[in-house]
Amino acid sequence: MTGIIGKKLGMTQLFDDNGNRIAVTVVEAGPCAVTQVRTTESDGYSAVQLAFEDCKDKQLTKAELGHLKKAGLKHGKRHLAEIRGMANLKVGDTVTVEAFADGQHVSVTGVSKGKGFQGTVKRHNFARGPETHGSHNVRQPGSIGASAYPSRVFKGKRMSGHMGDQQVTQLGLRVVARDLENNLLLIKGAVPGATNSVVIVKGA
Amino acid sequence: MTIIENIERKQLRDDIPQFKAGDTVKVHFKVIEGSRQRTQVYQGTVLKRQGSGARETFTVRKQSFGVGVERTFPLHSPKIEKIELTMVGDVRRAKLYYLRKKVGKQARVREKQH
Repeated sequence: MTGIIGKKLGMTQLFDDNGNRIAVTVVEAGPCAVTQVRTTESDGYSAVQLAFEDCKDKQLTKAELGHLKKAGLKHGKRHLAEIRGMANLKVGDTVTVEAFADGQHVSVTGVSKGKGFQGTVKRHNFARGPETHGSHNVRQPGSIGASAYPSRVFKGKRMSGHMGDQQVTQLGLRVVARDLENNLLLIKGAVPGATNSVVIVKGA
Repeated sequence: MTIIENIERKQLRDDIPQFKAGDTVKVHFKVIEGSRQRTQVYQGTVLKRQGSGARETFTVRKQSFGVGVERTFPLHSPKIEKIELTMVGDVRRAKLYYLRKKVGKQARVREKQH
């Protein structure tokens, strides 16, 4: 399995060989340096830690800088992520978009756009009540449970609340094209998160 | 220039004639039927051009057996063999949605006089 950290740049379209339009998301992915390797013997699981996007040293703590320096990096890196199931990598290696193939299926993890405090209609796809004939039940959630028994509302009852701004993984996406020069992955369809947010692309 | 503009620029076609809303065009459009490929010619008045860069599209309206038909093409689609400009129209707006409500002679666009 392959994985890489990237930045969502936005969406556009491409024409395929048949002349059909495909909507693609442009992700600037890597190059990611391997900063640490977790092994079953020492850590209880196996994974590699990747670092992405240069930043000023003063934006990091001394602990973070020291960790990166130990991995042989000259510049500070803004984002670190551990990815499981990546084999044959050692500290000092670099992961680029070359690790992916055109047409490869991938999953993309990101933090979805925050929607604020939302009602049940938008948040949980509840049905709306009638708008006419004197109804005041337009976007109300309805009954939230029975009365004497159980005399409480069950845990996990779907209600209004904060929506979005949580980690979302979109499965079953496909790499349409790569740009090795500019470190770009063009992925068919939409990817979680806002433009310029950090995403993790994993080969399926 | 942003990265996305750069990607779109590579897809732009340079063989597209200049035309705008109100012009009459003939669109030679490739249609794939099974394994066969043929060209369909669609002629009508350009109702609008919409979008920018490689995502730009244009809508062509015509009367087919007394029924108004509108078809939207991606301007830079490789499926378009060629676009012929047959008449330059004299119109005052960029989107000719008012043509949808007109019938008969009123649904025509005047030709531009020099």
